[in-house]
Amino acid sequence: MDLQYWIWIAVGLSFSLYIGIAIWSRAGSTKDFYVAGEGVHPIANGMATAADWMSAASFISMAGIISFGGYDGSVYLMGWTGGYVLLALLLAPYLRKFGKFTVPDFIGDRYYSNTARSVAVFCALIVSFTYIAGQMRGVGVVFSRYLEVDIITGVLIGMGIVLFYAVLGGMKGITYTQVAQYCVLIFAFMVPAIYISFLVTGNVIPQLGFGSSGADGVYLLDKLDGLHRELGFHEYTSGSKSMLDVFCITMALMVGTAGLPHVIVRFFTVKKVSDARKSAGWALLFIAILYTTAPAIAVFSRTNLIETVSNQPYKEMPEWFDKWETTGLLGFTDKNDDGLIQYTADTTTNELTVDADIMVLANPEIAQLPNWVIALLAAGALAAALSTAAGLLLVISSAVSHDLLKKMVMPNISEKGELIAARIAATGAVCLAGYFGINPPGFVAATVALAFGLAASSFFPAILLGIFSKSINKEGAISGMLVGVTLMLFYMLKFKFGWFGGGTKSDWWFGISPEGFGSIAMIANFAVTFIISSRTPAPSKNIQELVANIRKP
Amino acid sequence: MKNTYWKKNIRYITILLSLWFIVSFGCGILFVEQLNTIQIGGFKLGFWFAQQGSIFGFVAIIFTYIYLMNKLDQTQNK
Repeated sequence: MDLQYWIWIAVGLSFSLYIGIAIWSRAGSTKDFYVAGEGVHPIANGMATAADWMSAASFISMAGIISFGGYDGSVYLMGWTGGYVLLALLLAPYLRKFGKFTVPDFIGDRYYSNTARSVAVFCALIVSFTYIAGQMRGVGVVFSRYLEVDIITGVLIGMGIVLFYAVLGGMKGITYTQVAQYCVLIFAFMVPAIYISFLVTGNVIPQLGFGSSGADGVYLLDKLDGLHRELGFHEYTSGSKSMLDVFCITMALMVGTAGLPHVIVRFFTVKKVSDARKSAGWALLFIAILYTTAPAIAVFSRTNLIETVSNQPYKEMPEWFDKWETTGLLGFTDKNDDGLIQYTADTTTNELTVDADIMVLANPEIAQLPNWVIALLAAGALAAALSTAAGLLLVISSAVSHDLLKKMVMPNISEKGELIAARIAATGAVCLAGYFGINPPGFVAATVALAFGLAASSFFPAILLGIFSKSINKEGAISGMLVGVTLMLFYMLKFKFGWFGGGTKSDWWFGISPEGFGSIAMIANFAVTFIISSRTPAPSKNIQELVANIRKP
Repeated sequence: MKNTYWKKNIRYITILLSLWFIVSFGCGILFVEQLNTIQIGGFKLGFWFAQQGSIFGFVAIIFTYIYLMNKLDQTQNK
């Protein structure tokens, strides 16, 4: 059957499934809308968290980035999984015990101040908007690549679907669609991976496959190190970044993960405290399936690519080469007119440009898998993008309707009124996200690092100290968050956008990249919080009792 | 009684977070070069920790904590 039919079937079936779930799980109260009525089973919540967490970037781009970076790519693998340890041990159980709806709720109550709440709302909105624009763009790109509609139509279809189940079902609808989306995306990711692993190494488990040897008896990683040396790249298994920078980026991503509001809020949806711990464990397990497979795909496709193209005649390239060349993801210019493809680290002689996304997207074609696998991949990429977008949407709408409206502007608003406000806010957020998806601001890629840096430098210290210290007061927490966020924004604007005089790599403070600077801003936040708290009055008895209470099981 | 519960919890967290640091920052970043001199199968050990081992470690750490805390919670209920 024709590929286009398969894709329409896969996408159509998965979308009808999401809509069906949305109708079945409508939200009737604000509790349903914000935290799915606090009745989600820990394993279901684990799956939903995994889908929420793994975005279009994890699904499409990560394996490719690792494939080009080798060891350097490890920062994403460790950084985007290690944060769950922090969540499970330090944050999730206590926030669940606290038993409110949002992250600003906790910050506002624990630090008995609407200023603290406003700072938290501001950070939650920036972080979520940064992220969601990228997701809608991802939806548009997948549609345009696989279904041959233009990006705008793609974004509009994606908006329509998310709007339908997020506005109707709130967190309840989102949770159960995310469970379905996890199943779709993990199946779509694993089928080609297992197939390719078997093809290259004879081992069906990709995690073991990439430590085995190919048909020629040489270990894949050794072969790849050799190929990299020949072509002038740094060795695959050793990195090009400084150890301090790798350390800081990994730390910033881990702490940022633990501080992201759309991840934290998922732990408010389970029945009890022990379930919050359990669902963090399940979530990481479900994420680990994809995250331990991605580096294997990276190695297979990297070896495959170099062996297929390096010093081979352009005319003899397989069919997929032409196809991806027309999409602009692959580019070849014959600089020395010898008809062969020179692929090297030296930009003056290199003739091939490869977009990182191709490593996952073109995999099934390179491995000559049947058409239905390619269709599955399209549905999987859409599931990854939509599930993350929906989770973020909920954070935005609850920040507006609950934290701003109910808690600050209109405390007397009725339950029904708040629910309507939440739905209106969600609708507005979808439209804004769609606008950014169609007209992507140039800074989307740069600001993803900003989102993690901001979460690490604002929320994490405030929440952590709010639980583990009784003496931290509002003055300390507010000034800490403000210093952390300001420092992070300053560094980012200076080195990513050229404000405040700009600067290049050699001007980085201590040689730390903007991606890793979140760690430093976080340390500054901790330091300021401690110093100011020790010089201002301690929190009242009530607050100290609140802290004692959330520590009880 | 409540106090011993919290103290035990803090002790579990300290031990498990040390392990968290060792498998990722220790084996995967700080001592990666030393570990890379050891090769097991096709993997250099430091590289394996950075791209696989640390993640398996994280999963094991969380499930250990779940087990320990569930046991601790039970002693509280008696």
